[in-house]
Amino acid sequence: MMTTQVQTTPAMKAEAKELSFYYGGTGQALKSISLGLADRHATALIGPSGCGKTTFLRCLNRMHDLYPGNRYAGSVVLYPDGINIVDHTIDPIEIRMRVGMVFQKPNPFPTSIYENVAYGMRIRGSMTRSDLASVVEQSLKDAALWPEVKDRLHSLAYNLSGGQQQRLCIARALATGPEMLLFDEPTSALDPTATARIEELVTELKQRVTIVIVTHNMQQAARVSDYTAFMYEGELVECDRTHKIFTNPANKLTEEYITGRFG
Amino acid sequence: MNAEAVLKKVEGWRLSFRLSMQLKEKAIESLLLFAALTSVAITLGIVGILVYESTSFFLQVSLWEFLTERQWTPLFSEPHYGILPLVSGTLVTTAVALAVAIPMGSLIAIYLSEYASSGTREVVKPGLELLSAVPTVVYGYFALLFVTPALQKLWPELPGFNMLSAGLVIGIMIVPYVSSVSEDAMRAVPVHLREGAFALGATRVQTALRVVFPSALSGITAAYILGISRAIGETMVVAIAAGMQPTLTWNPLEPAATMTAYIVQVSLGDLPHGSVGYQTIFATGLTLLLMTLIFNIAGHVLKKRYRQIY
Amino acid sequence: MFLRNAIDKSTERDRLRQRLVQRRRRDHAFALASLAVMIGASLVLLALLGQLVYDGIGRISWQFLSSYPSRFPSQAGILSAWIGTALVMLLTALTAVPLGLGAAIYLEEYAPKNWMTDLIEINITNLAGVPSIVYGLMALGLLVYQFHLGQSFLTAGLTLAMLILPMVIIATREAVRAVPPQIREAAYAVGATKWQTVRDHVVPYSMGGMLTGMILALSRAVGETAPLITVGALSFIAFLPHPPLQSEFPFFSAQWLFDPFTVMPIQMFNWVSRPQEDFHINAAAAGVILLVMTLVMNAVAIVIRARFRRRIHW
Repeated sequence: MMTTQVQTTPAMKAEAKELSFYYGGTGQALKSISLGLADRHATALIGPSGCGKTTFLRCLNRMHDLYPGNRYAGSVVLYPDGINIVDHTIDPIEIRMRVGMVFQKPNPFPTSIYENVAYGMRIRGSMTRSDLASVVEQSLKDAALWPEVKDRLHSLAYNLSGGQQQRLCIARALATGPEMLLFDEPTSALDPTATARIEELVTELKQRVTIVIVTHNMQQAARVSDYTAFMYEGELVECDRTHKIFTNPANKLTEEYITGRFG
Repeated sequence: MNAEAVLKKVEGWRLSFRLSMQLKEKAIESLLLFAALTSVAITLGIVGILVYESTSFFLQVSLWEFLTERQWTPLFSEPHYGILPLVSGTLVTTAVALAVAIPMGSLIAIYLSEYASSGTREVVKPGLELLSAVPTVVYGYFALLFVTPALQKLWPELPGFNMLSAGLVIGIMIVPYVSSVSEDAMRAVPVHLREGAFALGATRVQTALRVVFPSALSGITAAYILGISRAIGETMVVAIAAGMQPTLTWNPLEPAATMTAYIVQVSLGDLPHGSVGYQTIFATGLTLLLMTLIFNIAGHVLKKRYRQIY
Repeated sequence: MFLRNAIDKSTERDRLRQRLVQRRRRDHAFALASLAVMIGASLVLLALLGQLVYDGIGRISWQFLSSYPSRFPSQAGILSAWIGTALVMLLTALTAVPLGLGAAIYLEEYAPKNWMTDLIEINITNLAGVPSIVYGLMALGLLVYQFHLGQSFLTAGLTLAMLILPMVIIATREAVRAVPPQIREAAYAVGATKWQTVRDHVVPYSMGGMLTGMILALSRAVGETAPLITVGALSFIAFLPHPPLQSEFPFFSAQWLFDPFTVMPIQMFNWVSRPQEDFHINAAAAGVILLVMTLVMNAVAIVIRARFRRRIHW
């Protein structure tokens, strides 16, 4: 398998350097991945089920720490300060303050819309009520949800539709001012209209926040991302500009996946 | 947010919050661990006290006499320390209880699992729950003042205190226990086993008795065993209705004392702390604990087995 | 030849049909028999309960509720008993709830998967099956004598707390387990610590199940007699404990913790054990009140469970 690194035209936000990952029960899931994530651009991760793309994504905000037995090897360097995200001496809380995540199935808390968005900043410590309110408002605006909820901020989040709930989760992630935002198949549970709105949002957000998006849907990757990484069986096969991956991939396996010969 | 602002924010957080936060998290975890360890402390307390006082007892009374002597009269001027009368009392009442609880509990379980609609289940299950919520002293009242007189109409020579009434009431008391564990075991039997039987033309009762019941046997046995353990440990019903005379008899129509009733009897009296009489309740308690422990472990192992099979 | 086969086949079919009708009848008979047994048993129980209520309810009066026990059944009352139950329950709840909650949260959210955790879990399952009188024995030897707490309210409260602790832990764990992992992940993803996740999400969203479990455990404790007899409840208490509140500094008194105690089920037991029928009526009255207490607590638990289930639906 050939691994291609992205050539250094834009600055890097994060860089995985021979990152391997081992699940507590089932063994090695990621094999020595070296991949750069361009700052303020969107990188898509594609590949067949079980290739490790979600596993890789969850390394970036130390989600694997929540379950026993997992182990990282190698490093993921976060710029500009150069810390290693998967270094066990670094507190995962600190990483999660800087790297946010939106999950596959919308998972708002069973509380009000306001409380959902405010929670991230609330636990951080002292913030006045008015500051908190303006953060909530701004995040909801950035998530293109504000006009629909501004009159019912204190109603239950569960009363929103699926697409609205997902945008709420995006607002919740944005509220903490992350440098990088991870999306784990964010539209797979949504209908086409809601999907389109989320994709629009991602295209907008990537100008301000580095985005990494795992998707099963190649057309989505083509629409939304600047760079695409193709993974297979725990390894990085190829990563390049999206346009190139989808029209003229360098690797035969990539081509076979793109053209639907397996997947 | 530009790079410097982010770094400043993180640095600020590191300086003011991180250490205190980590300390607080550790302290809270220790507190919670302490709470979890109190359960271990309770077990150690139970075992410790029972063994401590029993050791003292067995230094004065031989184990041989305890296990083989046929009289239990520790408070007489010529004391005898044979546990058999108490054990026989416990076993007889338990046997009577099981004679009621096993058929009824199994029947209810089969009906709920194989026949009942969810509507019926919604009524019956809370009813069973309420049954188990009635305090045991009320059951004792029933046994003494309702069941015994009713039985005396059939057998006029039945003494006012007897093991039959107590056993019958204990049986009713543990029916919810037996039926709910049995029902769980039966419902865990996969649908396709039942469907196989139905496809061959079996009726519900045939499927229930020949397919479901045998398949769920380990779980159902677990239910019976746990019922035994519960009946052995029952105190108030026997203390009120079975009498407090330790007698070595296997006839349920006679009064007798169980291990539990004996402990109550001594506790109601005035035995000086540290005397042999006082220690007899701990020796009895230890015997009781060992018996229930054996049944509990057996029941638990069987329960795990039926859950694993599916 | 052809005709004979046809006739044989039709008689065979008739025979099968007959057998089928038989089997169906047996099936229905079984169902009817089961229903009859269940209804019969319920009727018997209702009759017993009805008889108890009939015997006892006339005796319940203001005098009954506000008098002390007495040698004369018509003058006897349950004042010391129901106040005793209330105070003991207070102590039991104050002990068992925090310990049970803490232990359950530790086991569900914090405990690593090692032998120590397994040991704690096995231990709790075992404790749940220990006969209640054994708890009384333990309390007698340890709390009353070794720790010198005496035959007091404090001992009684601690004894019942230990008795219901396994129940509280098991019920709380189930409630906590019902909170989906996605909610926890959402909290962690915005940077919450483990305690913040537990405090702000896990506990509030499982509160319904927790409360239900706690109230059901406490309703069990209300009816417990054997361990308290062993610990040394007296059933002839013609006085109340020292009041916990005083009008002078320091306004709270702990004296009552060490006072002798009695509770409702023990009073009932004492009266039922006497030969005079009038005491049996007193016992019935006490039993009715005890049943009402237990049923009310169970009802409250069920209502809480239903209400919380409506609010939060995963």
